[in-house]
Amino acid sequence: MVVRYSVTQPLTTARAQFFSGLKDTSPLLVGAAPFGIIYGVLAIAVGIPQVMAQAISLIVFAGSAQFVATQLIGAGASGLVIILTTFIVNLRHALYSASIAPYVRELPRTWKWVLSYLLTDEAYAIAIAHYRDNAGEPNRHWYFLGAGIALWGTWQASTAVGIFLGTEIPHEWSLDFTLALTFIALLVPVLRNRTDVIAALVGGFVAVAAFGLPYKLGLILAALCGIGAGLLAWRLRK
Amino acid sequence: MSLWPVVIAAGALTFLIRLSFIALLANREMPPVVQRALGLVPPAVLTAIVFPELLVLNGQIAATLDNHRLIAGVLAMMVAWRFKKIMPTIVVGMVALWLLQWLDR
Repeated sequence: MVVRYSVTQPLTTARAQFFSGLKDTSPLLVGAAPFGIIYGVLAIAVGIPQVMAQAISLIVFAGSAQFVATQLIGAGASGLVIILTTFIVNLRHALYSASIAPYVRELPRTWKWVLSYLLTDEAYAIAIAHYRDNAGEPNRHWYFLGAGIALWGTWQASTAVGIFLGTEIPHEWSLDFTLALTFIALLVPVLRNRTDVIAALVGGFVAVAAFGLPYKLGLILAALCGIGAGLLAWRLRK
Repeated sequence: MSLWPVVIAAGALTFLIRLSFIALLANREMPPVVQRALGLVPPAVLTAIVFPELLVLNGQIAATLDNHRLIAGVLAMMVAWRFKKIMPTIVVGMVALWLLQWLDR
């Protein structure tokens, strides 16, 4: 008699990691999609041609920066102002880059380039949590890639929907709140100890106090204060 | 003026920012204090994104009970804490916000 064992795939193969990344990211897409639609609608409303509106999602691929740039284009700002503003709004990604760098240092250059292109707020949050919770597991970059591709696809598709829909989602639906909720869901798993909580609280409250600063500068300032407070707490406890 | 050069420059800069440390830190071990600092990036950044969404309303700080987003957000945090799942967090937060807005009409 032949006994057949069912072979379950361990989570360590490239394929399993990739699909696990896709799967874990799928709930986030509910939060990301309304934003892509709103961006597409807004871009058309300020007179950006359809092909250009989609190309911006492809080439820049950064939600908040695209919103700010769209408003600037609508206001007739010069190209230099648009480029500089995009740069400042996206500066926070340098923090993500530094934070994720130790995990991807062994990867070949092509991988680094592809993952960098995909390094949005959401992709960073989900990838860093996976890297930290599964120390030593091989092929974690495939998980990162799966998460990044899921978010990329959603952003492109929802931009297209917004462009062709052309009508605003009613403001009363408050669909923009899904993004805040997404980040709430991502926040809780990264609070592992008291130092993390201190960094989080200081970062959060500084961001509220500095909300008047333009172009996400308050966010960068808040993150740096949070990190500083966390480091201080860690030093004092030693 | 064509927007194409502007879009391409903005995209290239965004990519370079994201690549920056991934490329620079490729082959060196970071000192422990830097590693520790980088480990604090996720909590510090995520609350810095979330808190203003809940606490700033129409350009003003609104830490009051009639701030629907604050109440719905705190509820969502409790769900996230208890169940550690993304979907229930979004659903509960959204339904709570709609309910509060509906009750307040």
